[in-house]
Amino acid sequence: MSEPLKQADIDQEIAARAGEHGEHPARDYAPYRSTLLRHPHRPLVVVKDPDAAELSGPVFGVTDVTTLDNDLTKQHPGEPLGERITVRGRVLDRQGRPVRGQLVEIWQANASGRYLHQRDDHPAPLDPNFTGVGRCLTGDDGGYLFTTIKPGPYPWRNHLNAWRPAHIHFSLFGTAFTQRLVTQMYFPGDPLFPYDPIMQSVTDESARQRLVAGYVHELSEPEYSLGYRWDIVLDGPAGTWMEEGR
Amino acid sequence: MNHPTPSQTVGPFYGYALPFPGGGDLASGGIGVHGHVYDGAGDPVPDALLEFWQADEHGSLAGSPGTLRRDPTDGSVLGRDGLRFTGFGRVPTDQDGHWALRTVVPGNGYISVCVFARGLLHHLYTRIYLGPDAFLDALPAQRRRTLVATPEREGVYRFDIHLQGEKETVFLDFG
Repeated sequence: MSEPLKQADIDQEIAARAGEHGEHPARDYAPYRSTLLRHPHRPLVVVKDPDAAELSGPVFGVTDVTTLDNDLTKQHPGEPLGERITVRGRVLDRQGRPVRGQLVEIWQANASGRYLHQRDDHPAPLDPNFTGVGRCLTGDDGGYLFTTIKPGPYPWRNHLNAWRPAHIHFSLFGTAFTQRLVTQMYFPGDPLFPYDPIMQSVTDESARQRLVAGYVHELSEPEYSLGYRWDIVLDGPAGTWMEEGR
Repeated sequence: MNHPTPSQTVGPFYGYALPFPGGGDLASGGIGVHGHVYDGAGDPVPDALLEFWQADEHGSLAGSPGTLRRDPTDGSVLGRDGLRFTGFGRVPTDQDGHWALRTVVPGNGYISVCVFARGLLHHLYTRIYLGPDAFLDALPAQRRRTLVATPEREGVYRFDIHLQGEKETVFLDFG
């Protein structure tokens, strides 16, 4: 039987890849072991077709969300346990233009670090007053806002004593299917950052910082919630620049 | 130019958040497309999430909103109204790595696919072609095959996605 993989082994692997340039994580990032059999070995085929269907994308509207969807603390009869927070920001394209009227979806663990998912067997309590799913449409300025509770960190089995820093999963659409983004937002100052191969898969330090929300005291509501701000920039080819206001 | 926000994996626990009832039912009375997602060892991937975007049968890419249409009374998903074509679908793979889509043949010949999975740090794009196309002609024959759906029976096509290995699917980079 082989020795269990230790944090020190993963730390070495993370260090060996640190500083590699790239806006996005490499798909073949071995410190996150689940990547090993799940990334293509062959180079991607470059598509340079101005008629590509992927330069357009799905459209969402007022019927696709309800007004309660962006407050994760109001989806049950009682209040969820944990630290109440707001997370807000703007969704922009690479040229700084707001992404308007598009769908933002989030999901997260509860304050104890447990997901409402039957495959999550972390021995932490579920919260009957917290599901951990939210949705909203971006406003005319690309803005979004969620009220939720701060998720807890949780263990996983990448290696012995592996813990994920607290994070909120985000799913975003642009006006082009090529702008699609699924990512994770982290909280400033989390001591687990250097140990986490998923966050460290973004090997460029300045790119990695773009995954971390800012705490903004002015956005905290007295006697109610702590305020975080996280702006999101969707990637996408230059060919996707659509008319304003769609 | 702003720097983009980096991608991160969808992880294993998206199942109670992203999928929705009828996610793979873009249209009735058209075609069915189905297949498995496999990893580099040839094992099925039970925690992938596939998204589909396509033109309607006339080639229009102006999909309607309302894919996730909600009941304003209780917030449940009513889904598409069955009359307006939204062009968007989302299907998690089953425990055996299988997925299925009911839709129409897109007027431009292909269905765009975006693949998310635990272990995939940045999503992948591919296309399901339902017939010959100039784009396919530019690829080596062995690679071309991975983008073409195989007719299985009347109105039903098979399309497997191999994330890695000998049968690796052609994945696309839009630059």
